Amino acid sequence: MSLPSLEQPFVVGSIPSGAGNLPRVSDSMTWADRLGAYKARWGIGRMHYTVDPGLYALGEPDAEAPVLVTANYKMSFDLLRVAFSGRDAWILVLDTAGINVWCAAGKGTFGTEELARRVESSELAKVVTHRKLILPQLAGPGVEAHRVKKLTGFEVIYGPIRALDLPAFQDNGWKATPKMRLKAFPVRERLALIPMELVPALKGTAVVLFVLVLLSGLLGPGGFWKNILDHGLFTIPAILAALLTGTVLTPLLLPWLPGRAFSTKGLVIGLIGAAIIVISREGSLASWAGRLEGLAWFFLIPAITAYLAMNFTGSSTYTSLSGVRKEMRWAVPVEIGAGLAGLGLWVSSLFLA
Amino acid sequence: MERLIYLKDVVSLDLDAEKCVGCGMCLLVCPHEVFYKNNGSVGIQNRDACMECGACAKNCAAEAISVNSGVGCAAAVINAALGRQNASCCCIDDSQDSPSAQPGGSTCC
Repeated sequence: MSLPSLEQPFVVGSIPSGAGNLPRVSDSMTWADRLGAYKARWGIGRMHYTVDPGLYALGEPDAEAPVLVTANYKMSFDLLRVAFSGRDAWILVLDTAGINVWCAAGKGTFGTEELARRVESSELAKVVTHRKLILPQLAGPGVEAHRVKKLTGFEVIYGPIRALDLPAFQDNGWKATPKMRLKAFPVRERLALIPMELVPALKGTAVVLFVLVLLSGLLGPGGFWKNILDHGLFTIPAILAALLTGTVLTPLLLPWLPGRAFSTKGLVIGLIGAAIIVISREGSLASWAGRLEGLAWFFLIPAITAYLAMNFTGSSTYTSLSGVRKEMRWAVPVEIGAGLAGLGLWVSSLFLA
Repeated sequence: MERLIYLKDVVSLDLDAEKCVGCGMCLLVCPHEVFYKNNGSVGIQNRDACMECGACAKNCAAEAISVNSGVGCAAAVINAALGRQNASCCCIDDSQDSPSAQPGGSTCC
């Protein structure tokens, strides 16, 4: 077996145990930790945001101290050590390939087998005298508690969803309150997810804009550059409006947007976005070409917004696969249909101009 | 804040009362209070809140619960339909404070 490295930035020494000298971790976040978390959210270098799997000490744990299990995604690990600061515990880090607890549980990497393997390889039974493991509740989709008991002799206790609730959970005799077991989706959390929606959508946005601007130049009534000035440039605020309504406003306003299907929510906010964009363009409805183009945006913007909103199901914490499939059966054809109709109208408006 | 509920009458969750021994493990792992326990017997109280994560079925030693579990993520469904590898999806977080960006594709890994 190999112990986790002592050379990791959050390690502040080592502690002797029945399984050798184990790294002791800091219970506070440094600026580097915070910067790392920030970068991970914006998608910078998050492929390698991991800690070594294995057993760590937090505080001054003894053979009676609780064992808290987590994933080797550094953000999960950091939250745990900070949430339990000032207390003593062993932290058992599973190898989830740098993926957080809930996702890894869904994939099965935070699962019965890996847990049993890690209990074995860390020689946990030599470190503690009790036979209990505290798991995050959201490990449930990957872990079969009764099989872990059979395989390792350790009993799985499902702790609260949020690491933040762990001290209260301990003080409550390792019992969670109903609120600790409920996965909410508050505005703060939806806000933090926005970069993950926005950044990946930027590439597609750039491609769409490039194509539209190029088409306006080639198909418009005047010279190439004059066409771009007259017709092409306006696609930029229009498409950006679709991007923002889909990836920023949809997550933010999620509970208040009408409809249960995310695509419905997207269509509604997309239509509002289209209205604002079209109305704010001076003199846009003065000619037939302008009216046609305005109409085009009433198809194009909601189509894009609905698609982006539909994709937010993946980040949300309450959508079922059966539900998403049902939504997609009508939403994908609507989005493609509206998108093509909008494109057709927009191109027609260029010929009419 | 009000509870967010997704589509109605679509969830594949099923509880076999014959097999259920009333241990209540499903109540502990469910993140959406789908189950209730009353006088030692367990039932479903909030089916539409189920997100089919599969934790209840996985942790039911009596194998009384069945659910077509998966991650409710449109991008993953699209990737699977297009035959792309690694089509599972995850960007859900494991703490209120850490909606965790994950390695991989667009909103999914």
